[in-house]
Amino acid sequence: MITAGIDCGAKNTKAIILKDGQIIGKGKVLTGFDQNKAINASLVEAYKNAGIANSDVEKFGGTGSGSKAIRESVIINDIKAIAKGAHYFFPNARTVTDVGAEESRAVKIDANGNVVDFAINEKCAAGAGAFLETMSRALETPIEEMGPLALTSKAEIAMNAQCVIFAESEVVGLIHAKIDRKDISKAIHDAMASRIVSMIHRIGVNEEIVMVGGVGYNPGFIKAMKSQLNIDDIRVPHNPDLAAAVGAALLVENI
Amino acid sequence: MAEEKKEYWRWTESIWKNPDMNWKDAEYITAGIDVGSVSSQAVIMADGEIIAYSNTRTGSNSPDSARNALNLALEAMKGLPEQRFDYCVGTGYGRVNVPMADRSVTEIACHARGANFIYGPEVRTVLDVGGQDIKAIRCDEEGKVTNFLMNDKCAAGTGRGMEVFADLLGISINEVGERSLGVKEDPPPVSSTCVVYARSEATDLLRQGWTSEQVLAAYSRAMAERIFSLVERVGITPEFAVTGGIAKNRGIMDRLMPMVGLEPMKTEWDTQIAGAVGAALFGYTLWRKGKTK
Repeated sequence: MITAGIDCGAKNTKAIILKDGQIIGKGKVLTGFDQNKAINASLVEAYKNAGIANSDVEKFGGTGSGSKAIRESVIINDIKAIAKGAHYFFPNARTVTDVGAEESRAVKIDANGNVVDFAINEKCAAGAGAFLETMSRALETPIEEMGPLALTSKAEIAMNAQCVIFAESEVVGLIHAKIDRKDISKAIHDAMASRIVSMIHRIGVNEEIVMVGGVGYNPGFIKAMKSQLNIDDIRVPHNPDLAAAVGAALLVENI
Repeated sequence: MAEEKKEYWRWTESIWKNPDMNWKDAEYITAGIDVGSVSSQAVIMADGEIIAYSNTRTGSNSPDSARNALNLALEAMKGLPEQRFDYCVGTGYGRVNVPMADRSVTEIACHARGANFIYGPEVRTVLDVGGQDIKAIRCDEEGKVTNFLMNDKCAAGTGRGMEVFADLLGISINEVGERSLGVKEDPPPVSSTCVVYARSEATDLLRQGWTSEQVLAAYSRAMAERIFSLVERVGITPEFAVTGGIAKNRGIMDRLMPMVGLEPMKTEWDTQIAGAVGAALFGYTLWRKGKTK
């Protein structure tokens, strides 16, 4: 059976094509203003990548903050999609954390990838990718370079502000105080990681720990998480931002 | 050549001196300095009456901001030597970093005391919305705090949040209030929990063709709701007074007060100086009580 999973997020829209449980195509585009356009574009990219046509897809599963815009698809709960997607990549996963552009979640899962418990942050941008994006603007450093830059620092600078808006002023203050950019970048990652870690503690830390969502691409953040969770390894799929789409494509198979 | 970015958030700074008073006639001269996260004020009092004040932007560090605010107020006094101060009290976010202060007093206590002075002893509920925090304070007829609630972890509902919107829309912070009232009917509020989310929502609304006025109205309503939720939790007893920069924003006041269900008290004073007024008054009381420096 061929299924498609679409994850329409705040920042990016991702599409995955599964054939009998194997990924055969993927697509990713910026969500932008027009969600419908982004959904179509991500699917077209995924079809091309898989070498199939729209008519080959039997079922569509939609998830993410813009899932309502995905027509002709079954809406798959975000938490379930993340759990299943993480389980697909790492069958031993028990704690899954998803850090996206505007929301973050921690999910406790069982050996089959089913949700046991979860915690979610959807009220405050301080625990999401938007925090890093805003800080990268304040630091005048491209977002892709923020993590690698933080890895080069050993400094321990505590940030006082929680709120993105206040942290932005604090970063400007640190720049004025002539603190090295790499040390500020590390302080930013440490501050954000502490928020995610406290969310994970609400559901308990059980290995293996898997990180999904776009922020998973950031090595500085992963390092900060490992150090604060006091663990050696956090598993991250090759394309952490595709996990929810994979989960949606898997879950729709049986619906 | 790069064009200098216009700073829409920049509000009007001010210096004032009482033309009818001469510091030389005063028995006690006290000063209050409020170093906030966004603005700093210095108030000079002669025998418990305001003789001069300044209201200025906080710089990158607290000691310099305190010095700058005090210098501006002293400049207005022409010839008052700083050595003449009997007592100086620091307050606000940076209160422990006011080098010339004899002691510091919390901004909660100072705002209640200051509101009691500038609005009168009938005030029982004080709302202060500053750059980085919202304070809802209950106080007695002497301006003593009986209860309070504060939100200082999140920019939603604070002046800094409004500055972000002024910048986003390219409208001066001095005009946002009036402009937000330029809509026939308020659109539904944007997210009232996070300025970052509200900003993304607003950007989408602008793309959909909303006018700046509509977006401002949607944000002002969200901000008023956020502020009201805090005021409601502390409990509202008349009379109700508002201090801080927010009192100057009609867009917020006109939306907030119907929720409160009371008429706000009125004052001729600059509402941003309330904290520094309270600090100077504490200085006056402490000095007269003979407390040692």
